[in-house]
Amino acid sequence: MASSFLSKLSFWPRWFWRQLTSMRNALILLLLLAIAAVPGSVYPQRSADPNGVKVFYDNRPELAAILDSLQLFDVYTSVWFSAIYILLFVSLAGCVLPRTKIHFNALRAKPVETPKNLARMPEHIVRDGSDSVLDSAYEVLKKRGFRVMRQEGSISSEKGYAKETGNLMFHYALVGVLMAVGLGGGYSFSGQRVLVEGDTFVNNLASYDSFSPGALFNESRLEPFSVSLDEFDVVYDLANKNNIGQPIDFIASVTRQVGTESYASEIRVNYPLPVPGANVYLTGNGFAPVVTIFDGEGNISFSGPVVFLPQDSNMTSLGVIKTPDSLPEQLGVIAFFYPTAEKLTTGAYTSIYPDPISPLMTMNVYSGDLGLDSGVPRNVFALDTTNMELIAGRNGPAPAIELEVGESADLPNGLGSVRFDGLLRFASLDIAHNPGGIWVLFFALLALGSMTMSLLIPRRRVWVRANPDGTIEFAALARRDDPNLKLILEEIVQEIETKSK
Amino acid sequence: MTEIVLNEALSEVSLLVVSSALAFLALALVLFSFQLVKLNTEDQTDPEKFSQVEKAGFVLLWVSTIVLGVGVVLRGISAGRVPWANMYEFSISGAFLILLIYLTALKIRDLRFIATFIAGFALITLFAAVSLFYVEVQTIMPALQSYWLVIHVVVAIMATGFFSVAAGLHLFYLLKASGKAQKLFQRFPDLQQLERLAYRFNVVGFVLWSFTLIAGAIWAERAWHRYWGWDTKEVWTFIIWVLYAGYLHAMATRGWNGKRAAWLGLIAFLSVIFNFTIVNLFFKGLHVYSGL
Repeated sequence: MASSFLSKLSFWPRWFWRQLTSMRNALILLLLLAIAAVPGSVYPQRSADPNGVKVFYDNRPELAAILDSLQLFDVYTSVWFSAIYILLFVSLAGCVLPRTKIHFNALRAKPVETPKNLARMPEHIVRDGSDSVLDSAYEVLKKRGFRVMRQEGSISSEKGYAKETGNLMFHYALVGVLMAVGLGGGYSFSGQRVLVEGDTFVNNLASYDSFSPGALFNESRLEPFSVSLDEFDVVYDLANKNNIGQPIDFIASVTRQVGTESYASEIRVNYPLPVPGANVYLTGNGFAPVVTIFDGEGNISFSGPVVFLPQDSNMTSLGVIKTPDSLPEQLGVIAFFYPTAEKLTTGAYTSIYPDPISPLMTMNVYSGDLGLDSGVPRNVFALDTTNMELIAGRNGPAPAIELEVGESADLPNGLGSVRFDGLLRFASLDIAHNPGGIWVLFFALLALGSMTMSLLIPRRRVWVRANPDGTIEFAALARRDDPNLKLILEEIVQEIETKSK
Repeated sequence: MTEIVLNEALSEVSLLVVSSALAFLALALVLFSFQLVKLNTEDQTDPEKFSQVEKAGFVLLWVSTIVLGVGVVLRGISAGRVPWANMYEFSISGAFLILLIYLTALKIRDLRFIATFIAGFALITLFAAVSLFYVEVQTIMPALQSYWLVIHVVVAIMATGFFSVAAGLHLFYLLKASGKAQKLFQRFPDLQQLERLAYRFNVVGFVLWSFTLIAGAIWAERAWHRYWGWDTKEVWTFIIWVLYAGYLHAMATRGWNGKRAAWLGLIAFLSVIFNFTIVNLFFKGLHVYSGL
């Protein structure tokens, strides 16, 4: 090892370095890493399931605060998890670097001197023969790819240096994976956008509904392109009676435009659309009923498609409409959409099939102050009814408004009217890019290849010695487990004897 | 995707065939257990020779493997796709591959002594499949419609098969090392041989597991727009990989091979089982394909 470096270190750092780079501690760090990864599968993680963390906080706020202070909602970026893998990689470097030097020397060195006592080797065969056997042994071993050295009265040979090469390469490839993951994550971005049929997404920061960039991301990395959602289709299983209503395909028909070039394409689950500098993925879908609301003075105070969030597998969907400009009062609507509506005995509706066969929209209408002027950011999917009054709806002064496509209805108290103009679908799209991905893959495959090489290639030493008493000794030694050592030595002996006859 | 017409009648036949494989397997297990008892009580038998009981056991094991293979293939035909898209299908395909790997390995090495473990493990897997995991044949959701379903999952099943055989060897290593039932265990290969055999199966399993992890990441990039996101199943795949890496290190570390490595190999295998059962059924994540 790097003894000059070590000797300059005082006792404790030196002891620490020794400990860290020992095999035993590398092993302990590996086991610690496995254990440390477990809580991330037990508690919701902010990176994978931010909503789960929120729910946990709502249900058990005190426990959540404790867990959060221990970084148990961010296990894989936590101080303690990072500490373990950083120590592991330092330990790896401390172990692999000196070994690389040794191996580099071994690659250029001659095979070792033939040991005095060959009988102590795991495989040992004694035969009768003369000195000339050594000549044939030299040729046979050479032909079998051994590195051979003729010594005084004996031959020493070695083969399988690729075992150690593979082992070292595997460990370096892991460092490569780690660096590609880190750097790639820094330059990556992913953004979400909900697109209704007929809408167009133009790639710039303002067009995203939400956007999460890596630490090194720069807005200039967003390349110009646009994607229009022409049509969204859901294919349902109609052939198998037990699966009727099960979606078997989601197809977003889009037009992709880059510069002046545009062409039609499809985005499906598992088949993202490549665009300049990113891929566009399909992550969700739902209904967007088109609604027009007239206020009490007959002016249009709202008109257009409204994104409804699916609530169950039959696509019962929930949407919110706010009309801040309507007169005399602001209106707020909480609406349910049932693609195939059926009335329950309680009088409520439910959807019994996800495709729109008999679509129905029901609306609870509120009037009053929407609270949009307070400057507090409001969720577009929620209606704050604290300063509003229910004017139509279940348990309200007037019944809920029920509309089929094309129908309209008046609001009570002369506050206006609503119309259900038509039905569109929307697609939730993810626009994402991670430049590190391809490098992670490269290093991971390199690791896999070199590991396989290291585990499957045997490293063997074979010696042949002609003793003065006329006996010939053959011996073999393998590094690590080698099931075929005995067989190989017997084969070699056989070949040598045939050759020297 | 083109619409697939499921053949429900054929899937009923498949279930019947799988259940009969279960019965053959149970019989084989009884015979193998009987053989173990016999070895523990009788003195004079040539360890190289198959006894009548053992012979019958292996015939039954072959029969149940072939019957199970037919059941798995019928399930695939009735679904119009590969038969490993939910827990039931993964279990029957897994049990079939474990048996096939074992019976193939038996042609190369004398591994008769772990027949009880293999038959027992395959039996439990099949029993759980038929009684707990069974679901009617279904069309698969869009997220699973990818050729990676073929590659990623089949390699995962194969890795599990190799790990299972190794786990059996670890178990017998630890039993033998404990010094109990000496009369029986002296018929088994010596400790060093058991350790080496387990190591070889684990090595192949580890290479396959690494491949499954990489293939899964490639698929995740296509389906979920990121190659790695610490989804619960990804977490456990990672934990298992690290545990087996730890096992391989232990085997190369002085003082850590032998019993300690065997325990580590067993713990790693228990994580594989945990990942397939508890994580599949009770942990929240993106891999929600149990079908239950």
